[in-house]
Amino acid sequence: MKKRIKKLALIALFLCFGTAYAQNIFDKAQVSGSFQIDAQLYNPDKEIGITDSTINGRKVGINGYGRINYSVGNFSAGIRYEAYLTPLSGFDQKHEGNGIANYWASYNTKEIGITVGNFYEQFGNGLVFRTYEEWSLGYDNAMNGMHIVYRPVEGITLKGIYGSQRYYWTKYENNNRGIIRGIDGELNFNETFSCMNDSKFRMSIGGSAVSKYQKETDPIYNMPENVGAFAGRINMGLGRFDFMTEYAYKINDPSATNNFIYKEGQALLASLSYSQKGLGMSLQVKRIDNMSFKSNYKITENALDINFIPPINRTHSYSLAARYPYSTQPNGEMGIQFQLNYKIPKGTFFGGKYGTSIALNFSQVNDIVRNQINDTILVNQKGTKGYKSPFFEVSDHIFFRDVNLEIEKRFTNKFKVVAMYMNLLYDIATIEGHVGEEKVKANIGLVDMTYKISTRNSLRLELQGLFTEQDKGDWAAAMLEYTIAPKWFFAVGDQFNYGNDIKDERNHYYTASAGYVHDATRIALTFGRQSEGVLCVGGVCRQVPASSGLMLTITTSF
Amino acid sequence: MKKIFLIIAATCFVLSTAFAQEKSSLPNVTIKTLDGKNFNTTEFQNDGKPIIISFWALWCKPCQRELDAFNENYEDWQEETGVKIYAVSIDDSRSTSKVKPHVEGKDWGFEVLIDANSDFKRAMNVNMIPHTLLLDGNGKIVSQHTTYFEGAEHELYEEVKKIAGVK
Repeated sequence: MKKRIKKLALIALFLCFGTAYAQNIFDKAQVSGSFQIDAQLYNPDKEIGITDSTINGRKVGINGYGRINYSVGNFSAGIRYEAYLTPLSGFDQKHEGNGIANYWASYNTKEIGITVGNFYEQFGNGLVFRTYEEWSLGYDNAMNGMHIVYRPVEGITLKGIYGSQRYYWTKYENNNRGIIRGIDGELNFNETFSCMNDSKFRMSIGGSAVSKYQKETDPIYNMPENVGAFAGRINMGLGRFDFMTEYAYKINDPSATNNFIYKEGQALLASLSYSQKGLGMSLQVKRIDNMSFKSNYKITENALDINFIPPINRTHSYSLAARYPYSTQPNGEMGIQFQLNYKIPKGTFFGGKYGTSIALNFSQVNDIVRNQINDTILVNQKGTKGYKSPFFEVSDHIFFRDVNLEIEKRFTNKFKVVAMYMNLLYDIATIEGHVGEEKVKANIGLVDMTYKISTRNSLRLELQGLFTEQDKGDWAAAMLEYTIAPKWFFAVGDQFNYGNDIKDERNHYYTASAGYVHDATRIALTFGRQSEGVLCVGGVCRQVPASSGLMLTITTSF
Repeated sequence: MKKIFLIIAATCFVLSTAFAQEKSSLPNVTIKTLDGKNFNTTEFQNDGKPIIISFWALWCKPCQRELDAFNENYEDWQEETGVKIYAVSIDDSRSTSKVKPHVEGKDWGFEVLIDANSDFKRAMNVNMIPHTLLLDGNGKIVSQHTTYFEGAEHELYEEVKKIAGVK
């Protein structure tokens, strides 16, 4: 009898361990994910130049994805399914297709992280390595390989990566693109050394090395099979000041982007900033020389980038202010940016009852100077070392300049205004490749007014004007939005190209949209016209063709 | 006999509660503070009180509006419920160095973190910003919301009060 009870007790104990353990597993297991569908129905619209032949039978474009992530404790795995049937207009047609685009499995603790499959990573500022994904642009240069992070002690981070990059739906095989390997290390003095834990002086240093291996097959040129790139960085801070700089060097890497010159590449990025309550300032400079770095030297399109060269200008959100966005010139540019944020305190003459926020921003980007190496070799001549570029000299060829002032003021607890003025110089020939076209000089002004009807209901009116003699001439835009928080929005708008030199092209681009939001789900329907333009996120840009029709977006996270 | 069963039952109870105790439902991702220190996302902490995590960027106007609205109410909210707000910037290296001057210039009172390559954003399956998560005192996600319309902060605060047990 006693034996039996003992046995029973043992079984019970096992069971209870078992269930406790199982319960633990199930409690911690989580499935999360997100979905998005962007669909557009295209209509012919003669006025804005869209005919049946432009649509070419593709009356419907749908881009969609689903991401599912499963995690138990420190382990997680997931997939990302994508379908472009057919891709929205303006997306590279190589997107067309469907299937599991990315998949991964990883184990992460505070000390160590290992990922196999697809992953995203950035070393420092990304000057020698960055992979990322931007759905709205159709950009994804994900790595497919292995990723390891190790943090042996507080403040020290070591990373190692290898693999190949995503190129639409084309699998890596037979040297159709390069293999990438890289390491990165970072040391944060304040975290690692206890004597500096609470120091007012902050410092961290880091360094990375990346190599691309692409087998030599070129019929004309003798290509370097291994292209190495190296970068070093320092971040320092003292009290209210912060300083950051990173320098990157790449060995000669002839490519279709740089016209097959055997020149080394260099990039320098630096910023100094000051911040205190109510006041912030920052100054950034950069110099880029022959820094395009792709895992296939043959392509020039927006894909397979190994590194990321950040443009250092303000990213504008209002439509006309964002009409002429700058994109990085990887073959060479020198830029500067200054930004001031100031909040005029409450209770002063200009501050009023609520305080007034002011933001002033200036940025300019010029070309670098390129001198002949000797009398017989032309600047940037194929198959040569290209040119000599004095480091501190700036060319007088201006690519881009933007001066803007934004003021934000709340007048009453119901009424708020944002006003902005912007002066722009835009070398459309270089940036958009419109060879021979004059630089666009534009003045842009806008006001954005919000009026709260009640706690949940509010109206917002945007009025914008863009004035220029070049490109398509003057534009005016108006948009009225009505929102019922937190679920509904309705908006109508029009962009009118009233100053176009060609009378027939003085078009209206009207839109009407409505949307519903519930928790992390958003459904939006837009009807109307979209003007031709450039859409940029984080320095990568996509040409958006003019279109007319119905657009539906559904997005959700869970 | 009874003793043995009691002991077993007791251990069983202790074990199951010990195992079932969850730390946080957030994934393990390392991002940075404004001072450049590492911040592990399993470490969002507020002594058992609710936490709001809001994804934003300098180029996102509705995000600014949402954070301004949070800022206007933050002192009152903290006093009433002890809620803590973390604003996670997904600005990339183009503008990470402008985040701190912007935050200080705007005089925002909450903690701001930098997710320069969107690692945390991706791990949380965030499609578009602004995207706001509400966590209870145990670090469990109670609700999430995308986009911001004027006045939506009141709705969020009602939920915060519910979790904090404040009427």
